Amino acid sequence: MAKKKMQILVCGGTGCSNLQGESIADNLKLEVEANALENDVQVVRTGCFGLCSLGPIVKVMPGDVIYTKVQPSDAREIVEEHILKGRKVERLLYKDPATQETVSSHPGMTSHIKQLRIVLRNCGIIDPENIEEAIASDAYEALNKVLTEMTPQDVIRVIKDSGQRGRGGAGFPTGLKWEIASKNQSDEKYVVCNADEGDPGAFMDRSVLEGDPHSVLEAMAICGYSIGASNGLIYIRAEYPLAVHRLKVAIDQAREYGLLGKNILGTGFNFDIELRYGAGAFVCGEETALIHSMEGLRGEPTIKPPFPGEAGFRGKPTNVNNVETFAAIPAIILKGSEWYSSIGTEKSKGTKVFALAGKINNVGLIEVPMGTTLREIIFEIGGGIRHGKKFKAVQTGGPSGGCLTERHLDTPIDFDNLVAAGSMMGSGGMIVMDEDDCMVSVAKFFLEFTVEESCGKCAPCRVGNKRLHELLNHITEGKGSDPDLDRLRNMSNVIKDTALCGLRQSSPNPVLSTLDNFMDEYVAHVRDKKCPAGKCKNLMEYYIIPENCVGCTACARVCPVNAISGQRKEIHNINPEICIKCGACKEKCKFDAIIIR
Amino acid sequence: MKTISSPADLRKLREEIKAKMQGKESGSKEKVRIRVHSGTSGLASGAKAILDFVTQELEKRNIDATVVRTGDLGYCFAEPTIEVTRPGEEPVVFGNVDKIKADEIIEKYIKNGEFVDGILPVNYQTIK
Repeated sequence: MAKKKMQILVCGGTGCSNLQGESIADNLKLEVEANALENDVQVVRTGCFGLCSLGPIVKVMPGDVIYTKVQPSDAREIVEEHILKGRKVERLLYKDPATQETVSSHPGMTSHIKQLRIVLRNCGIIDPENIEEAIASDAYEALNKVLTEMTPQDVIRVIKDSGQRGRGGAGFPTGLKWEIASKNQSDEKYVVCNADEGDPGAFMDRSVLEGDPHSVLEAMAICGYSIGASNGLIYIRAEYPLAVHRLKVAIDQAREYGLLGKNILGTGFNFDIELRYGAGAFVCGEETALIHSMEGLRGEPTIKPPFPGEAGFRGKPTNVNNVETFAAIPAIILKGSEWYSSIGTEKSKGTKVFALAGKINNVGLIEVPMGTTLREIIFEIGGGIRHGKKFKAVQTGGPSGGCLTERHLDTPIDFDNLVAAGSMMGSGGMIVMDEDDCMVSVAKFFLEFTVEESCGKCAPCRVGNKRLHELLNHITEGKGSDPDLDRLRNMSNVIKDTALCGLRQSSPNPVLSTLDNFMDEYVAHVRDKKCPAGKCKNLMEYYIIPENCVGCTACARVCPVNAISGQRKEIHNINPEICIKCGACKEKCKFDAIIIR
Repeated sequence: MKTISSPADLRKLREEIKAKMQGKESGSKEKVRIRVHSGTSGLASGAKAILDFVTQELEKRNIDATVVRTGDLGYCFAEPTIEVTRPGEEPVVFGNVDKIKADEIIEKYIKNGEFVDGILPVNYQTIK
């Protein structure tokens, strides 16, 4: 069968399907057949357009005409007007919110295409194990420009002017970091790439290294040139075998092509890169601990100052940046600082990659300009909450961040706004939670991680976080009391003020932010001994509603601990003393007789 | 081994590769380009099997195409994903590809340019 003249694309993303996307496609097909157009027009179901608030979406090609909020009853008009007569259905066209003008083509809908790929520009496009594809996509052109047209000071000025801030978590200005390292004189200096991505649910750096390793190598060489270093080290976690493999291949190929090593591009500049492996300790993502780990010492943080820019790896000036920070550098060099600083908010420039995870439809990796709101990320690009449930909170910044709620949905995301809202940017993991998640348990989960990953050097973290975790455990077991809530807050504040490293100063954030935003849930746990989300096993009870029970014995047979008693065709009973709350009976019951109370 | 020893070398090589990728050398025709997104999330969902299947089947069915293994595009919810670029046309990404879908994509889209269900619309802009 030959290519058809026209295509009607119908969004089959979860958001649009819930809004009758399926019957729209069916109706369109019927209309196409009714007009005997099936040889010329094809109806195709697609994935999410990322325009869920305007859904259901229908796109007609060629012409890229987008129709929004389409109802199944609109199918006839679309086929008869647009397809047959070539007249666009004006009332269904998208209106630009700013100008109120109708925009009829997909590429023209810039205000609704939220994502902008700078860091991910080559991910999924080039073969990461073939340097020639990278070169064809302008890899090493920025290095070329830097080595032939710019002085080290020029490079630092461009990075400073771009306003880029480090993507690893704290948001320290990149250009300033480079300047500090460049001003400290030494016979040797180092450029370190922090690829020890340890936040639960975060995989931005992994994807960049797997998809476009040369962008990081190139940026490290640029950094080396501007601070006066000839050695680069990538500290990567050994749990990323594919990223390690692709980096190794990339480094070998770059050396082979003379883009790493001695006398790069005949300019006399020398720079080479080696890999160092992390053994899975979260604390090694902190730059001083990372440096100690690379030196063969225990991965423990030390007090700053001295900053690595003054005395880092082997006591020499060392510049540590995160993978995502580096990956944006070649684009900044090639397109200029003005271009980069035109993207984003006043104090946070450029784009940020986020890893969407949790109870969200479109789990995955996205890149948006700073200043995009949580609502746009979760409900447009992310396609909304799974199974049509209600949004409850989103944890940004991993174990160092906090839970943000419905009232934060319209806050433009940047470094400062997130801190003001009680969370932080962190590395960019976003874990979305719905109405079924218990916020006390969420705080407990992150504290569990923090306790597990404590290096043990300072007491506030080693002892304090352990106590915090114990308190949270008490509360979820129904043993908490009102004063425990004050204790939680006090201890969190003390840890914040006294812990040694940045990771730990922020470790009580999950507790503080859930206390701030979900006090009612804590109160329900300690006063009423109830878990509103029905997650805390000790605070719930499985119960058989006598009116609904028919005595089929299915629940008693599936119970692994024989906690259910009752004769055939008689009402059954659950003994709460024996019940382990596994939920097997509730799943088995066909009569909705078993509830949690 | 091609050591690049000057800035001019790099630019020359880039032009050569670009020309080669567009099939401009020796007057040959531009080929269909298929990208199989094989980062960790793609591979975990079976991208390797799709890569092998597509490579094998294209050869069996005598279709002259370039198959490229790339990193992930970020559509983790729809992995494995593959992208097909027909000469002179915009790339099209297909999600949740299994062997049956891959077969359909080869027969309908790669051969004839006819769309099949499961297209993932482009929801981003890029700096290129």
